Amino acid sequence: MSIVEVNNITKTYNKGTVLATDSISFSVSEGELFGLIGPDGAGKTSIFRILTTLLLADSGTATVNGWDVVNDYSTIRNNIGYMPGKFSLYQDLSVEENLEFFATIFGTTIAENYHLIKDIYVQLEPFKDRRAGKLSGGMKQKLALCCALIHKPVVLFLDEPTTGVDPVSRKEFWNMLKRLKEQGITIIVSTPYMDEANLCDRIALMQNGKIMSIETPENIIKNYKKELWAVASPNMHSLLTDLREFELTESCYAFGDSLHLSFKEKNEDNRSKTLAFLGSRNHSSLEMNRINPGIEDCFISLMQQ
Amino acid sequence: MAEQVIKVERLTKRFGDFTAVDEISFEVNKGEIFGFLGANGAGKTTAMRMLCGLSIPTSGAASVVGFDVYEQTEDIKKNIGYMSQRFSLYEDLTVIENIKFYAGIYGLTKKQIKQKSEELIDRLGLHSETKKLVGALPLGWKQKLAFSVALVHEPKIIFLDEPTGGVDPVTRRQFWEMIYEVSAKGVTVFVTTHYMDEAEYCNRVSIMVDGRIEALDAPRKLKEKFNVSSMDDVFYLLARGAKKAAI
Amino acid sequence: MKQFLVFIKKEFAHVLRDRRTLLILFGLPVVQILVFGFALTNEVKNSRIVICDYANDESSQALIRKIEASEYFDAEKITLSYSDIEKSFKAGKIKAAVIFPVNFDNDLQHLHKAQIQIISDASDPNTGNTINNYLSTIITDYQRQMIENANIPLRVTTEIRMLYNPQLKAAHNFVPGVMALVLMLVCVMMTSISIVREKEMGTMEVLLVSPYRPILVILSKAVPYLLLSLVNVATILLLSVFVLELPIVGSVWLLFLESILFIITSLSLGLLISTRAKTQQEAMLISMMGMLLPTLIFSGFMFPVENFPLPLQLISNIVPARWYYIIVKTVMVKGLGFSAIWKETLILTGITFFLLVVSLRNFKKRLE
Repeated sequence: MSIVEVNNITKTYNKGTVLATDSISFSVSEGELFGLIGPDGAGKTSIFRILTTLLLADSGTATVNGWDVVNDYSTIRNNIGYMPGKFSLYQDLSVEENLEFFATIFGTTIAENYHLIKDIYVQLEPFKDRRAGKLSGGMKQKLALCCALIHKPVVLFLDEPTTGVDPVSRKEFWNMLKRLKEQGITIIVSTPYMDEANLCDRIALMQNGKIMSIETPENIIKNYKKELWAVASPNMHSLLTDLREFELTESCYAFGDSLHLSFKEKNEDNRSKTLAFLGSRNHSSLEMNRINPGIEDCFISLMQQ
Repeated sequence: MAEQVIKVERLTKRFGDFTAVDEISFEVNKGEIFGFLGANGAGKTTAMRMLCGLSIPTSGAASVVGFDVYEQTEDIKKNIGYMSQRFSLYEDLTVIENIKFYAGIYGLTKKQIKQKSEELIDRLGLHSETKKLVGALPLGWKQKLAFSVALVHEPKIIFLDEPTGGVDPVTRRQFWEMIYEVSAKGVTVFVTTHYMDEAEYCNRVSIMVDGRIEALDAPRKLKEKFNVSSMDDVFYLLARGAKKAAI
Repeated sequence: MKQFLVFIKKEFAHVLRDRRTLLILFGLPVVQILVFGFALTNEVKNSRIVICDYANDESSQALIRKIEASEYFDAEKITLSYSDIEKSFKAGKIKAAVIFPVNFDNDLQHLHKAQIQIISDASDPNTGNTINNYLSTIITDYQRQMIENANIPLRVTTEIRMLYNPQLKAAHNFVPGVMALVLMLVCVMMTSISIVREKEMGTMEVLLVSPYRPILVILSKAVPYLLLSLVNVATILLLSVFVLELPIVGSVWLLFLESILFIITSLSLGLLISTRAKTQQEAMLISMMGMLLPTLIFSGFMFPVENFPLPLQLISNIVPARWYYIIVKTVMVKGLGFSAIWKETLILTGITFFLLVVSLRNFKKRLE
């Protein structure tokens, strides 16, 4: 059963000159951890705001738990949790005061739904009298998540919760999401980090207001049909230029400490031909290995289609 | 032995009782892409400020492009470039106005400014956009432009502060290709970031935890040493112990 | 109801935990009252005046010696034509002129009654008034001495002429003025900034996506500032009664009721600004330029509205502070009741209603 339905949603800004989302459709099943993955300006925040009834779409329809985002906006508001991208809590209120405030505003108490936030809140409890402004980025995100969860929402919307947060806190944050999912809460989350895509049940890869692909991360990788090779040498810059000039190369781009290379055609001797070519261009201590593509490789390949 | 453009020895910065940077030592070679990693509050901004001549160290020694960080801060500033994701270009000035402004700041002559801006616009293929406001350009273009502007006075080292956050993977690649290109020309690139996937592109990275450098090596070697598959995991292993300080 | 109380508690926390806000909120009225109050009264010492003694007889010289002895004046005895006196005034060289007529002693001895003319510069009304009072006191004092010595009912009358601002329209008017100014500042600027801050921080999005109704968000923003503004009104009134010794002649309750009306006007203005402004700086700028300047200029507090050209007079009609200023002056200084200010109250109510409707309509339950 799908809990969120989006049908052909189009949204423009500045009197139609800026296209934020271009006839987007997707659906999210109950209990799913669904990710919108894409860079800044892909249209992620617009989708969140339309689903949380904060924005009206130019055209298209959407429902959350069967409620229409336009007509039933107040029912939706009463039943969802939302953490906006720029959400920063009340800096001058303490941890406990912030949580208490949001609990009351949502018509509940901390005690009533404590079981939902317990795992997260125990980490914050030693600092409950500290002002939110004095917390580290990771702690702030945890508190914000508690505030969004406190009223036991039907769906939890998290807009770029891990942007600007250090890797340790990011990892912890995703672990928390996993546990919430186990408790049956549907979560829609957005992120610009491709490496976080693997942690979602299903993802929508977004670019320029369009969804390029919606699938489970495994299937997205499966759909990458080409062979992918990692090539490395001490001189990365000339290696890149040379490989781009190589006649068999379809695409070659930098990827961390190596280059990712794909060929126009599958051939047994691709590797040996490449090494020979690079040898003729005076490259030494070369490494070239067959690798499995990651979400980022898929994203790049989808962008180039 | 490669020429060393940054030499740091037991560099320390204290603010009252708090030691932000605690006796760090490292060297950066000419043309190297050096990643300077650490969580928020680990001390990387303070350390970078000292290397840019913006902050005087409490103790220790360091030289940047051969200039001393205590005495010759003005010479350092003339020989380095700086670009951050947050601050770089004026959105309400046009492309060409931004280039001319920064070139002017670094004291280039009129002739040099003209030649440099033409060169830069050629290289970026921005001919039709020169009179456009920077604010109207896509994020990826802004970053490339900011990077080129930071290089307009031909610095020997360029400091990049979280340069590629939030851009799409293709634009990010184009950006790293520009970095490879300048590094191949002998410009040293010093990248501070807490995005670990940016770290993977560097020749060597140092990881700061609580004011100290806990690891320094090529990303590949660090991954081997800690027996993990990504820099993210390396960082996680090193920084987890510092959680107390980060709260 | 519980949600409402929690919200108000939160708003108070914002105010009480921010030293800058507290300073503006409570320091400002005190400083303004003291600056306006004391800067104006201190100036009277050593004021330059001229004395034109056309009589040059025994009595006139005795009185002149008394005036010269006073620490308040820096007196110069000269004989000037009337037009020369006028010139000195215009050049700002003198604050007042005392003129003895030709037959001063003669009139005093034979008619038991003589006249002195005092001309003072009332463009700075407080100073002008104070100088007149001091001079009159000296003359009355002299008169009493004469009566004791001569045992005849002598009378020296003063003819006072105020130049430039004959009715002393601005005397004691800074207290009502400061009240209007402070309430404007606190309500308009503080409310608009505090709402815009929530927009900037993203908390407004969360509040909108909560069961808490948008209209209540506004109300709970307004209530704390209404209460704090009333504290401000009380502070100003206490200062003016006990420090500046300006009594409240009329009903204190009426004054407070009218102040509440004006506070609501200002709050709706603040709300209107917050629906337009996107950043805190923008909100502050609009409040400063759009609200404080008109309050200063058009309320009649600094400049008499009657002297404005007609178009500006018309504009002044839509400045709420102008009506509040009249109301406070009427109640506080003149001591009149509601019957004297019902018209102003009605106009202010109208403006408030209009602003409230416009701003509530502009406040969106969604983002733009």
